[in-house]
Amino acid sequence: MSLLVFTLIFPLLGAITLSLFPRMSYGAARTIGTASVGLAAFTTALVAIFWSAAGGFPFIQTLWQWIDAGDFQVNFSLYLDGLSLTMLGVITGVGFLIHLFAAWYMVHDLEGKPGMARFFAYMNLFIVAMLLLVLGDNLLLLYLGWEGVGLCSYLLIGYYYETPANAWAAFKAFIITRIGDVFLAIGLFLLYVVFGTLNIQAILHAAPSVLAQGGTLANVAALMVLLGACGKSAQLPLQTWLADAMAGPTPVSALIHAATMVTAGVYLIARTYGLFLMAPAVHELVGIIGVVTLVIAGFAALAQTDIKRAIAYSTMSQIGYMFLALGVGAWQAAIFHLMIHAFFKSLLFLTAGSVIIACHHEQNIFKMGGLRKKLPFDYAMFVIGGAALSALPLVTAGFYSKDAIIWEAVANGHGFLWAFALFGALITSIYTFRLIFVVFHGEAKTEAHAGQGLAHHLPLAVLAVLSTFIGAMIALPLDDVLPHDMAEASHWVELFFEILAALVALAGVAIAAVLFLGSRKTVDTVVESHQGQRAWQLFHGGLGFDTLYDRVFVRPFRATARAHEKRDWIETIVNIVPALTRGANTGLAAGQSGRVRAYAMIMFAGAAVLLALLMFG
Amino acid sequence: MLLCWLLFIPFIGGLACWATSRGRDNAGLARVIAFLSMAAVFVPAVVVWFTGDFSLSGDPSIAPAWQYEIAADWISRFGIEFHLALDGLSLVMVMLASVLGMLSVVASASTVKSCVGVFHANLLWTLGGVIGIFLAIDLFLYFFFWELMLIPMYFLIALWGHEENDRSTNTAAAVKFFIYTQTSGLAMLAAILGLVFLHYDQSGVLTFDYNQLLTTDTSGAFGMVLMLGFFLAFAVKLPAVPFHGWLADTQANAPTSGAVDLSGILVKTAAYGLLRFALPLFPEASANFAPVAMTLGLISIYYGAVMAFAQNDIKRLISYSSISHMGFVLVGLYAGTMLALQGVVLQVLASAVSTAALFILAGQLYERMGTRDMRALGGLFGRLGALPGFSLVFVVASLGMPATGNFLGEFLILFGAFAAHPWFVVIAAGGMILAAVYALYMMHRVYWGNPDAGGTIATMRVREYTMMMALVLITLILGLFPNTVLHVTQTVTHDISSWFAAGVIAAAQTS
Repeated sequence: MSLLVFTLIFPLLGAITLSLFPRMSYGAARTIGTASVGLAAFTTALVAIFWSAAGGFPFIQTLWQWIDAGDFQVNFSLYLDGLSLTMLGVITGVGFLIHLFAAWYMVHDLEGKPGMARFFAYMNLFIVAMLLLVLGDNLLLLYLGWEGVGLCSYLLIGYYYETPANAWAAFKAFIITRIGDVFLAIGLFLLYVVFGTLNIQAILHAAPSVLAQGGTLANVAALMVLLGACGKSAQLPLQTWLADAMAGPTPVSALIHAATMVTAGVYLIARTYGLFLMAPAVHELVGIIGVVTLVIAGFAALAQTDIKRAIAYSTMSQIGYMFLALGVGAWQAAIFHLMIHAFFKSLLFLTAGSVIIACHHEQNIFKMGGLRKKLPFDYAMFVIGGAALSALPLVTAGFYSKDAIIWEAVANGHGFLWAFALFGALITSIYTFRLIFVVFHGEAKTEAHAGQGLAHHLPLAVLAVLSTFIGAMIALPLDDVLPHDMAEASHWVELFFEILAALVALAGVAIAAVLFLGSRKTVDTVVESHQGQRAWQLFHGGLGFDTLYDRVFVRPFRATARAHEKRDWIETIVNIVPALTRGANTGLAAGQSGRVRAYAMIMFAGAAVLLALLMFG
Repeated sequence: MLLCWLLFIPFIGGLACWATSRGRDNAGLARVIAFLSMAAVFVPAVVVWFTGDFSLSGDPSIAPAWQYEIAADWISRFGIEFHLALDGLSLVMVMLASVLGMLSVVASASTVKSCVGVFHANLLWTLGGVIGIFLAIDLFLYFFFWELMLIPMYFLIALWGHEENDRSTNTAAAVKFFIYTQTSGLAMLAAILGLVFLHYDQSGVLTFDYNQLLTTDTSGAFGMVLMLGFFLAFAVKLPAVPFHGWLADTQANAPTSGAVDLSGILVKTAAYGLLRFALPLFPEASANFAPVAMTLGLISIYYGAVMAFAQNDIKRLISYSSISHMGFVLVGLYAGTMLALQGVVLQVLASAVSTAALFILAGQLYERMGTRDMRALGGLFGRLGALPGFSLVFVVASLGMPATGNFLGEFLILFGAFAAHPWFVVIAAGGMILAAVYALYMMHRVYWGNPDAGGTIATMRVREYTMMMALVLITLILGLFPNTVLHVTQTVTHDISSWFAAGVIAAAQTS
């Protein structure tokens, strides 16, 4: 069990080695970078075995005392329970597969340029930070990981820094998530003052007695945590960074912006669920944010031409489902969907990366077309992933995880949210199969060369297997950590709603087939009309949030800064003092002219004034 | 004995450096002497660090717990003594001074070429004055060192100023620095004298001794006036907005090597003064003044951040960013809880280290690129060896990334202040967003973007690499093992916070 720390140590050593020797060969960098995460995954497997053999009780490993300042005592401690073990498995397992794929991908993407070691250094560091986030036994350690993953995300989005747009995308991602982080920080301050500790379990334990149900304190604390989660997980209103974050290499999008980091918000809310139980209004808000985001992101995904941006919007949308699950109290369903989503979404991203490389860095789906014949393996992978995303019935993993959420929403009495979620499911399968039909069917428009090698095939194949019903058979050890999903209804009612959801998903596929298989005349006519153009622009741009934030925040700030570019206004005011001194100096110096006549004149005038004062005073 | 050693070594070393420049200019020897002098301060300080007993007694006694103390008569007619003492806080500050001192010497090796001996003499005397400030607990002696460090500093800026400028620009910057400090120093002198006479009125003893002056009853309006005298001097040095005018000019015109910037960082360790004098001597006045001081802190955080973003010169950007950091220090100081004060200590150390590193890196960048104007730079990430990587580390530290000391400094301050001043903390926390904006904007303008050409311009020398690596380690130690510092300063911050807490209660009763 004390092996637990080694899940951190291996990637950490990898990151340090890779950053100290940035000029090592491609081979060495790939080996170190991949092997370190592989070892971490192996350690995780051992830890999981030992942990369940020991009875599955929470396990704490204290590494050292981090901060000791009076009453403020924080340990550098790792906390292992069913929830963190689940996350640990996803991070190291899926993380390893993605690293393995990256070892193939980056060779083709870099084409001999330097930067392999830098890439894997960031990736390994990311794994370390992400593990700290989920293993931290207190909120400050969690926050350390939280900021650390944000930093790695920044570095990896801007990995191809030579293109200014990439660097700006990284900048935007960091600043927007940082806004969420500040709210989370305020939440931390508040929780410490209220509870006198930052230990998560202690807070959860004390919450029912310390906080008043629905009181201001509980609401504010939960709201701060929620806003932090929104930033990291790209939910409304802090969602605008994720689509631009696709500027990073595709394995990064798979690892950070699909499987792990963006789901950190879901983890955080599940981890602190006790707070949300004390704040029903904010808890409700979690679900509302979820459905609004999932619908908005779904519409945006319909109108993307870049394959990665389309998948990115679908990620936002799927995290929306997880938020919905959290919001309706289906805690376990949220984490289950988190895991399944990590499987099929990284499969989709990696396959997209494979397609992009095969088509010589082409990302526009309308310039691909007909790839089914040239890339049969990629086609199969994308269909499996897409089917899971659309939650096609029975054979896909997504069917079990997503439809559980939709069912829980209605079963827990949130009919309104349920309707939105079902509508979102329809959109999901439309945009997913739109991608499949446009990219892989129709006439061929580009040359393509299929990827080769174990590092290419193996990760995709494993993720594909996990995206089917086989992945859904994984039982998560969450019963001791999170409340049971409460939905209770007759079996027939549940069956009815599940068949309904399955039909909706299939309907989406049918609609996509009508619209995008074949000549696509209907779509073209609609989009080319005046209203169609405007709607396209609106959806394509993610419904105008960027423009709004630019007007309200960015421009005023830049204007303020520009006003100060040339001079420091406060200093200008302070400079009145020396100016006055100098003025007085000039005036007095003029009096010291050395001309006797002037002195006599002044004496005379002074005497006259005195005399006048004496006479009339 | 130890205290005299710590204090006099820099002055003696300075004389020796000067002596090397008699006759022929022996630059190498001067550098070695200067470096060894600072090492001779550093090593005993480390020994005390490990051997000293800084454990928390739990009894906030009125007399501070000094580890070492030495006193000798000086001007006994006025009760002035040559009185040095060292506790955890002074030890930490002395160590900071010696580390930055060693770095100054190393950093200036490639750029300071004229009158090397005299340069190092001035450098060491400045550092000696700074160390004197940290050790003196006779208020007259303290003031003596406060003024003493100015003079060599003035010459450093005026004579070895930024290479691109003509002499008059550098002199103007030096004069500006001098006048700001001198004027505010006058206010402090008046306040010191006022305090001494107040104590004389109450007890009939004429003394400048810190230990005895602590017993003075400084409540009431007169105490407030005296406190403001101290505060003004320290706020100028910190600097807090609106007293910051000298900083950016001084640092923009200081030699690019970074040597003087580092002393500049030390010169403005006014946080020490506030912690040592303003809060303990005037607890009640400080408590009454806290909302004003914290508001100034908030203004500094935001104003510094916006100004930093608006700069085109890298060094001016760094200067303004340190003003923003010092805003957090003000908030923490006047929150006054032990947690916040521990945060202040960490923030001062971490900010000094990261700012120092950024200044040195800016100097190295200037040496290679011939400009500090960010409009003329860009796309340098792959072209300067390890330099951009180090810049990244310290930029990230400067925006308060966890695992660096800067994060813990800010966070302990905010944690410590939240209970009593939640709204101040919420507003201050917003400053962390702007910190990310200006810090990453600098990365963006200098290192990201399209390079003009391929290929490496220059890599780092071994000396430079080692130096930066040491600073990275210090930053990480402060962030991951802060107890190395917190345990040394806990007695001091505990005492100060309990005096301040008493002041808050007294202030609440009188109002």
